[in-house]
Amino acid sequence: MAGKTFLVDTTKCTACRGCQVACKQWNKNPGTKTIQRGTHQNPEDLCFSTFKLVRFSEMEEKGKINWYFFADQCRHCIEPPCMYTAQGLGYKSIIRDEKTGAVLFDPKVKVKAADFKTIKDSCPWNIPRRDEKTEGIAKCTMCIDRIREGLLPACVKACPTGTMNFGDRDKILDMAQKSLKELKAVYPKAKLLNAEILRTVFLVVDDPQKYHKFAAVDDPTAITRIAAIKKLIQPFVSLSRFIG
Amino acid sequence: MTNSWTDIGVSDCVLIMGSNAAENHPIAMKWILRAKDMGGKIISVDPRFTKTSAKADIFAPLRSGTDITFLGGIIKYILDNDLIQKDYVVNYTNAACIVGQKYDFKDGLFSGYNPDKRAYDRAMWAFEKDEKGIVKTDPTLQHKRCVYQLMKKHYSRYDLDTVSSITGTPKEDLIKVYEAYAATRKPDKVGTMLYAMGWTQHTVGSQNIRAASIIQLLLGNVGMAGGGVNALRGESNVQGITDQALLFHIIPGYNPAVRSSDVSLAKYNEKNTPKTAEPKSVNWPQHRPKYIASFLKSMYGANATKDNDFGYQWLPKLDDGQNASWMFMFDEMHKGKFSGFICLGMNPACSSPNANHTREALSKLDWLVDIDIFENETSTFWKGPGMDPKKIKTEVFLFPASMYVEREGSITDSGRMAQWRYKAVEPAGESKADGQIVHELYMKVKALYEKDKKGVFPDPILKLKWDYAADGKLDPHLVAKEINGYWLEDKTIGDKTYKEGTLVPAFPLLQADGSTSCGNWIYSGSYTEAGNMMARRDKTPVATANIFPKWGFAWPVNRRILYNRASVDLQGNPWDPKRAVITWDAAAKKWVGDVPDGPPPPLGLEGGRLPFIMKPDGVASIFGPGLADGPFPEHYEPLECPIEKNPLSSQRINPTTALFKEYKFATCDPKFPFVATTYRVTEHWQTGLMTRYLSLQVEAEPQMFVEMSEELAKLRGIKNGEWVLVSSPRGKVEAVAIVTKRWKPFKIAGQTIHQIGLPWCYGWLIPKDGGESSNLLTPTIGDANTAIPEYKAFMVNIEKLPPKKAAPKAKGKGR
Repeated sequence: MAGKTFLVDTTKCTACRGCQVACKQWNKNPGTKTIQRGTHQNPEDLCFSTFKLVRFSEMEEKGKINWYFFADQCRHCIEPPCMYTAQGLGYKSIIRDEKTGAVLFDPKVKVKAADFKTIKDSCPWNIPRRDEKTEGIAKCTMCIDRIREGLLPACVKACPTGTMNFGDRDKILDMAQKSLKELKAVYPKAKLLNAEILRTVFLVVDDPQKYHKFAAVDDPTAITRIAAIKKLIQPFVSLSRFIG
Repeated sequence: MTNSWTDIGVSDCVLIMGSNAAENHPIAMKWILRAKDMGGKIISVDPRFTKTSAKADIFAPLRSGTDITFLGGIIKYILDNDLIQKDYVVNYTNAACIVGQKYDFKDGLFSGYNPDKRAYDRAMWAFEKDEKGIVKTDPTLQHKRCVYQLMKKHYSRYDLDTVSSITGTPKEDLIKVYEAYAATRKPDKVGTMLYAMGWTQHTVGSQNIRAASIIQLLLGNVGMAGGGVNALRGESNVQGITDQALLFHIIPGYNPAVRSSDVSLAKYNEKNTPKTAEPKSVNWPQHRPKYIASFLKSMYGANATKDNDFGYQWLPKLDDGQNASWMFMFDEMHKGKFSGFICLGMNPACSSPNANHTREALSKLDWLVDIDIFENETSTFWKGPGMDPKKIKTEVFLFPASMYVEREGSITDSGRMAQWRYKAVEPAGESKADGQIVHELYMKVKALYEKDKKGVFPDPILKLKWDYAADGKLDPHLVAKEINGYWLEDKTIGDKTYKEGTLVPAFPLLQADGSTSCGNWIYSGSYTEAGNMMARRDKTPVATANIFPKWGFAWPVNRRILYNRASVDLQGNPWDPKRAVITWDAAAKKWVGDVPDGPPPPLGLEGGRLPFIMKPDGVASIFGPGLADGPFPEHYEPLECPIEKNPLSSQRINPTTALFKEYKFATCDPKFPFVATTYRVTEHWQTGLMTRYLSLQVEAEPQMFVEMSEELAKLRGIKNGEWVLVSSPRGKVEAVAIVTKRWKPFKIAGQTIHQIGLPWCYGWLIPKDGGESSNLLTPTIGDANTAIPEYKAFMVNIEKLPPKKAAPKAKGKGR
């Protein structure tokens, strides 16, 4: 399969948040007003102006502390449920770039609150966000404007440790398999999260839930199935909306 | 750093202690993780589980201020189990040297202690010498007064139980670290130690690093690729400014500052030029007079002549015994002894220990010039908390400085590598580069002296050679060339003639007769007739090591790994051939690889020389008789500590550290029962002055916090995210509680001791709800040798605050 893919190797992430800041800087997204809430994770969550967020998760098991960092972002699904759902609702503002496979939102297009909820709920990774004032929706753009100029996405460029990787899908998947094989020897739970259906592939060494609630889906076929059904019924839905 | 950043990537074992590299040196993790990828072990020793610990193979907690105990335990483990790299230790260190009979150590004190002066007579620790003046040795290491045996006796007290009861480190964790690190004893296994302010900012800071050096020497890890003792410097160019002598006790190139009793150049040279009777010692500091003469020529040009000691008398002089370091300076300022203060790129109102006191000190000035890129708490101290502007006489001038992207020049990293940077944009508004500001200031002062003939002692200003500007603009290339040095007359050395005005190729050519000028001998070779070496960007490595000699310029003489003559055996063969730093090519009779620590053959061959060329006796100091607080590192408690008695001796604190008696302290005081330490976060730079104006940094780390264990939170009824008040005898700071599993209580001498940690990157000026600097809490006390403040261990209380009404709600732009 052609197109581009990210590999996020969490074993190399030190939560320096270079990616989080670089993402905002490149996309000209403002810093939101935050407070110290008793955690280093800030802002609290993704939002209309936060496409990339390092999630912090600390836990203690059998007296051993672990502190996991999860540089969350859009997974750029190969068959994106958000896009099919939006199309089903009559929106043309979510598209998939043919060359890279990037799933792109047009943040200038207004999306009704109820429709947004449907779109967001269709995303198993809890990514899309909406601005209540402008009614636009937004998320990671894969830095499509940079990629088209032959540059790396801002988050990948800023990463000092090799956590964030990006390139042609086959090459990145090869890299992911190689890293996985090496890590498996030390961490039996090492795995790639839903690599077959995503263009943002996380490499973890423990249960995905310990990193982030929406880190992985158990049954990826369900996602593809939902997408396929949405795709199938889309003309009818569009038609019904037109008539309605 | 003895080594370089890239070199960390080839290490078999990286001990990170006194450093949270992942937080404060994020790029360092690239090399640390590369070492891990290659099968190296990463060890993180820290009071709390940090971002660095999260990537480590072994994490061992220790109470702040107990590093010497921890490291002393490693020394004992190595000696008890005979794990030294013997050939290295016997030949390349002073382990075999015999110490004089006057040396003694009893109950925490070395011989020669004077309690009134809080100082030692260091002559009591001198080595025993033969009739030729050569230090006596016993290569079998059996003599009861040889360094090896004295060391063994000294650290015999640092057994597992004692260490664990002082550091609070569980015994099983200590053993894990001991075993993992001592495994680098094999000649072809190498361990590196990375440290930062967690080691230096203690009353025993210098001795923390000495303890590390002893371990590295015992295991044969100094001079090796993937080894060494490596200071991760706290700012991107702090290595450069130290090299250029920002500190009071040195002049450029680590030459000692001039004291009032050094009445002539000859006297200065006599005092500061070490001699040795050891025939195999290179004793490189014997060349100091050449560097001083060349420095004076650089300072005063044609005004410096042989007849006037090259202008030596124009150099500023310190009184004998005077300590003019940070805390002493602000102490004097507080006493009203300064009329003015030029503050350049610093924010002492937030960075000083006991910062309330520092802010008060600023109010005793007539004038303050603050040069910075943003308004900071220092330039606005007069309108800060607790200040009444009407009552403050200090006149404040704020000069806008330019950012690093707005100026050209060199920057020197922790690995001593200077890299040239170019100007990307013109300085914004009326801001100017620091160098330009200093240039204009000098020109103005000079003009005033020229105008007013009654000016006191005008010569240091008027005789100064200052020709670095064209059309009023300072040219960084001219400054760089001045630092490198040049010939002042034609000179033939050997079969080569050097022309007047040409740049000196390297410092071995500098002269004591006034025929060379050089601003800083260690940078000689950085800008030569071959061009600006600092601007080189060729990634070709040394074939067997991960070092890059054609990228930038590393002082001295582009050597990437210091003491690299210790990386080979007596015949010049690398201890570790797969990571050879240098190798003796017997056929060609020369070294290949990194720039060697001098061209002589290896020790075992004819004409061979000892490897530690900066030491008078040519060997590395396991026994270090030059330090103020003793020849062996010994554990003393921090000035403020939670236990009344040092379990190792009757000396609770470092007996030689200077006490500021009128200042407030509290030790073992039930009002301040918790150990505290301070640290930084990735998102904020030092006091946060450069980052607190940036919305993306503030978004990620918006407010002052205090991290504590779940156990302490429970004890004080504090919930995660609640506002609390942290207080010390010197000040109070409000902070949001981060209750975390990453902090655990320590078991110290049978008691449960809690420790907390706070960042020092906030200040009242901006952001408005960000909070204050934790340096309002820290004590005025410092290391016995360097006087670096003890920011890392002090005592506090912590109590819950009522919920803040003013605290803003978290609000994202949209959902």
